[in-house]
Amino acid sequence: MTFLSFLISGISLGSIYAIIALGYTMVYGIAKMLNFAHGDVIMVGAYICFFATSRYEMPPIVGILLAVVVCTILGIVIEKLAYKPLRAAPILAVLITAIGVSYFLQNAALLLWSSNPKVFKPIVPTGSRITLFDGQLSISVITLVTIASCIVIMIALTTFTSKSKMGKAMRACSEDKGAAQLMGINVNATISLTFAIGSGLAAIAGVLLCSAYPTLVPTTGAMPGIKAFTAAVFGGIGSIPGALVGGILLGVIEIFAKAYITTQLSDAICFAVLIVVLLVKPAGLLGKQIREKV
Amino acid sequence: MKKLLSLTLALLMVLSLAACGGGTAETTEEAEGTETTEAAEATETTTATGDAFKIGGTGPLTGPAAIYGNAAKNGAQIAVDEINALGGDIQFDLRYEDDTHDAEKAVNAYNTLKDWGMQISLSSVTSKPAEATSVLNMQDRIFGLTPSASSVATIDGKDNVYQMCFMDPNQGTASAQYIAEQSLGTKIAVIWKNDDVYSKGIHDTFLTEAADRGLEIVSDTTFADGNDTDFSAQLADAQTKGADLVFLPMYYQPASLILAQATGMGYAPKWFGVDGMDGILTMEGFDPSLAEGVMLLTPFNADSDNEATQSFVAKYKEQFGEIPNQFAADGYDCIYAIYQALTNASATPDMDAATLNDLLIEQFSSMTFDGLTGESMTWTDGAVSKDPKGMVIQDGAYVGMD
Repeated sequence: MTFLSFLISGISLGSIYAIIALGYTMVYGIAKMLNFAHGDVIMVGAYICFFATSRYEMPPIVGILLAVVVCTILGIVIEKLAYKPLRAAPILAVLITAIGVSYFLQNAALLLWSSNPKVFKPIVPTGSRITLFDGQLSISVITLVTIASCIVIMIALTTFTSKSKMGKAMRACSEDKGAAQLMGINVNATISLTFAIGSGLAAIAGVLLCSAYPTLVPTTGAMPGIKAFTAAVFGGIGSIPGALVGGILLGVIEIFAKAYITTQLSDAICFAVLIVVLLVKPAGLLGKQIREKV
Repeated sequence: MKKLLSLTLALLMVLSLAACGGGTAETTEEAEGTETTEAAEATETTTATGDAFKIGGTGPLTGPAAIYGNAAKNGAQIAVDEINALGGDIQFDLRYEDDTHDAEKAVNAYNTLKDWGMQISLSSVTSKPAEATSVLNMQDRIFGLTPSASSVATIDGKDNVYQMCFMDPNQGTASAQYIAEQSLGTKIAVIWKNDDVYSKGIHDTFLTEAADRGLEIVSDTTFADGNDTDFSAQLADAQTKGADLVFLPMYYQPASLILAQATGMGYAPKWFGVDGMDGILTMEGFDPSLAEGVMLLTPFNADSDNEATQSFVAKYKEQFGEIPNQFAADGYDCIYAIYQALTNASATPDMDAATLNDLLIEQFSSMTFDGLTGESMTWTDGAVSKDPKGMVIQDGAYVGMD
């Protein structure tokens, strides 16, 4: 039974990684750049929701919507100001810019909201849980909400990219930007849309992350961001199902390594698995099979 | 030009974010910040006359550990104001520099203070930075008295660095003794942070002492930086092995996550913390019911009937709007201990740092000091000897257990 409960915690943690990984993977798929500021957009989303629900006592749903709106705008603005002027620049320049934006967001948050840790008010009350098998297994509600959100987002996003016109435009851009432009697709608008969706998802990830682990500091998004990036590479960067698989596997391996091997080396074990996977399959788990990259 | 425009726009954007995010409490925080810096500048100008002892310290005034740095600084400032108000021969000029709990920044901060003309040092507030700055204290022959850097390496091998707080090993030993004497638990779990000298130091001695006292350690798990959000595995380990008391030698931020996750799991053992736990109740948005019944060993009790403590608590509340924690009391005691030593040695502010260093070493190795954090304190090789007090959190406040 403890195995099952570890598995559920792992899937829950992995679901958060997966939602964050989506942002990395979509942007990489289309703009061919690693947006290292993504983790910090998560932090901004969490702060917006914190202020809405704790300071102004709005209902959680309003907080989430507000966070999504603010992060979406932030994502578009970052893209327009920091990345668009560098579209023709070497990849390395864009990468460094992304790291710069990441530091900028962290330090801006430090100045604006101070470094004192804030305790996030979870969107479902702490301690509410469901007990199964005569009390042998107890799952907190936030875990289930996280997993459910992840599944809904994945289904919605897959449908969007395969069915809608904008989604098809995104896939076209990811395959060949030049050809897509010749076919009359507005590449710049499509990239902006990708950033908007990725950042909106980051806001949701921020709220879920801080609901499960409720302390909020300006560096809250940094480590989950790196782990999610790892998950995206693990699953095959550029692939949406890859982000899901990579995220969940990383979460489960992390929790299992802590629970069954040693708490001292859980991160080392986690990243060792990543290295092994990449040695065997350099494109990541689902990197090759999925041809349509979004 | 275009880039400049983008930068300005980016700034505007972030500022507008602040407008919708910042609340009233935030503005008061900032206002406090400017006030203190103004105060610091003001005191600085008084130094021009050269008749005050220049005391400098580094501490995390911003960053995740800011609560400790600010508390120690505020506590020390109250003591300085009191002593200066007496108008005696000994006047102090206190200056704190931010080290954000980072060793490298602490060294820079220390050098800034040295350039300013620091004669006596309050070392650093937290252990990691203090281990770096104490080396400089030793080299430069500037006497250091740290309010709260409790690691062994802070004072080890340095004849002129002293501690006002317990040394880590003593905290671990004292905690195990206390748990055994009060029979608080039989099966004990320890969760500690394995990349932090503070946490490791307490953990190691706790285990040794617990073994001697016949306490059974059923679960011993760790975490590290970057891996400090999910504690479900550590808590499940403690729970399945039937631990009835969990010892948490760590700072309050991870501790708050552990308490929240344990509540989520429906696990309710007794919790026992150390001085790093102090501060958990002042986190914005923290639900105090999560910390109900958490015990910790700390040398300072803000609820004490002691007259000096009550006056200090009242002053602190009036100036900074919160109940002082142990770090504030340590800062306060540091200044008074230095004051006592300087008075006994009949030191004058025109003496240079090296002369004061020798005088203070002589005083500290022989004197007995009564402060807020303990009575009849004495020092041996830089380490202090005093009695810890057991505290428990009840209805969102610390209450003495004895």
